[in-house]
Amino acid sequence: MADATTDTRTEPTTARRSPAARAALTRSVLLHVVMVLGALAMFFPFYWTLVASFSPGTGLSSTPRIVPDDPGLDAYVQLFSEVPFARVVANSVLLATVTTLVQLFTSATAAYAFSRLPFPGRTIVFGVYLATMMIPLQVLVVPLFAEFRAFGLVDTYLGALLPTFAAAFGIFLLRQAMNQVPVELDEAAAIDGAGHFRIFWTVVLPNIRPALATLAVFAFMGSWNSFLWPLVVLRSPELQTLPVALAGLQGQYTTEWDVVMAGSVISILPMLAIYLFAQKYVIQGVANTGLK
Amino acid sequence: MLVFLLPSAIPLALFVLGPMVAAAWISLTEWNLLAPATWVGLDNYAKLLTDPGTADVFLHTAMYIVGYLPLVYVGGLAIALALNTALRGRTLLRGVYFLPVITSWIVVALVWRWLLNPSNGVVNTVLGFFGIEGPGWWSDPAWAMPSIILASAWKDVGFVMVILLAGLQAIDPELVDAARVDGAGWWRRLFSVTLPLLSPATFFVVVISLINGFQVFDQVYAMTGGGPGGASQVVVQQIYDLTFRYGSAGEASALSWLLFLVILAVTVVQIRGQRRWVNYG
Repeated sequence: MADATTDTRTEPTTARRSPAARAALTRSVLLHVVMVLGALAMFFPFYWTLVASFSPGTGLSSTPRIVPDDPGLDAYVQLFSEVPFARVVANSVLLATVTTLVQLFTSATAAYAFSRLPFPGRTIVFGVYLATMMIPLQVLVVPLFAEFRAFGLVDTYLGALLPTFAAAFGIFLLRQAMNQVPVELDEAAAIDGAGHFRIFWTVVLPNIRPALATLAVFAFMGSWNSFLWPLVVLRSPELQTLPVALAGLQGQYTTEWDVVMAGSVISILPMLAIYLFAQKYVIQGVANTGLK
Repeated sequence: MLVFLLPSAIPLALFVLGPMVAAAWISLTEWNLLAPATWVGLDNYAKLLTDPGTADVFLHTAMYIVGYLPLVYVGGLAIALALNTALRGRTLLRGVYFLPVITSWIVVALVWRWLLNPSNGVVNTVLGFFGIEGPGWWSDPAWAMPSIILASAWKDVGFVMVILLAGLQAIDPELVDAARVDGAGWWRRLFSVTLPLLSPATFFVVVISLINGFQVFDQVYAMTGGGPGGASQVVVQQIYDLTFRYGSAGEASALSWLLFLVILAVTVVQIRGQRRWVNYG
């Protein structure tokens, strides 16, 4: 993309403006055009998904138009009447909400221990915590499945939830944020007689709100989009989450793309709403992980 | 201290570290998840290392990484460089390029399966306008992996872009200006000034992309299921199939440990090699 702009710089110009200024303007216009076209190309699959979901009968033989000829909600009606789709959406909302709340709690408490409580072996324990980030979920799937079956947790919400309760990423993120909070604030509170619980709750947590927001968005997104573990542990159709149900839809309605795309739209919308609302925290969160 | 640590230590021990050790034990047994496991020692590993199918799934995974990584890096860098200039609507553009990152892999796979539908997908329809007959994409063994790579790059390019953009914004503009004054052209400034200063961000992108690349699964499962004819069967898809289709949990655990060791080795090599090319100013 950038190389297209470099070529224009050396092009000779015959305009009245100074050649350099004119070249700079051309370059700028060209860059804007390329970037907007690129953004449209990136956005197009979303648009096409939306259009297909409103074009009844989209299947093997027909392709939707850029603007649907005869838009209708048939696909959505079919989705909610033939599959327990409302239940699936509710499952995803429930699991993502619980995961987010629990992860905020376990990450914040652990981060406080690693940031504020000197205890023997702290560096080693933190190292072990970080190492768990490198273990691929795939290695854990078989033993986790066996473990959960032994305790009767297969095909239960709790079974889907438990492995998401603590995540090293969140602990790392919040510890970084807590290390930025001046210890003098703790000390001032301690002089006033505050113990660790009060310092944690009234001094440290209010000062790391942006990091908590970032973690909340990532934890919710991680749960909302997670696939492998819910696929393995949730067996009954009425317990399935959105990604698993969508993957199943594809097999069920191989020729009815409008139904599959309607399901995709429903899966994207809540994340899109959160993203529009918390874009700053999402992008800042990603940018910070790269700068650590 | 324990009160603060236990809420995270208990789940990590029960659901990560414990199963990790258990996986090592299972990998030394023959087990179909139902009948009691029988001890077979290192047989599963021996079987995997001599089975040409294992080489195939690692080869397909490597093909995925080789296709995917340059695409997201060059794409992400180009977008980041453009967004790092005085551009109108930067925030909006950045938001749009980042949008696929928040979407689930399953949705991405389904949408791209539809876009790349060989008979009436929009990509082949558009190619048809130009008189080009589009390939069979995911239905053609030769094009199945490129289809997965294309969809994955579309999803991840925004993630790479944000990390590189943060890296670019941390570069002192005076250094780039100094090179300009010295008469360095755009490419020269990019390769001699910007990229060396961007190397920590590049390092992060490469490490993360390789770790994730070796674990590629969701999009493969939903786009091709490893097909056609096993042409896009990757390591994790194989672990899943071994466990839940062929009832060989022992072999699956052995393969997952092999995968973990490969990822660990690749990551350690990169961390040790970073001194040669990563410049932490």
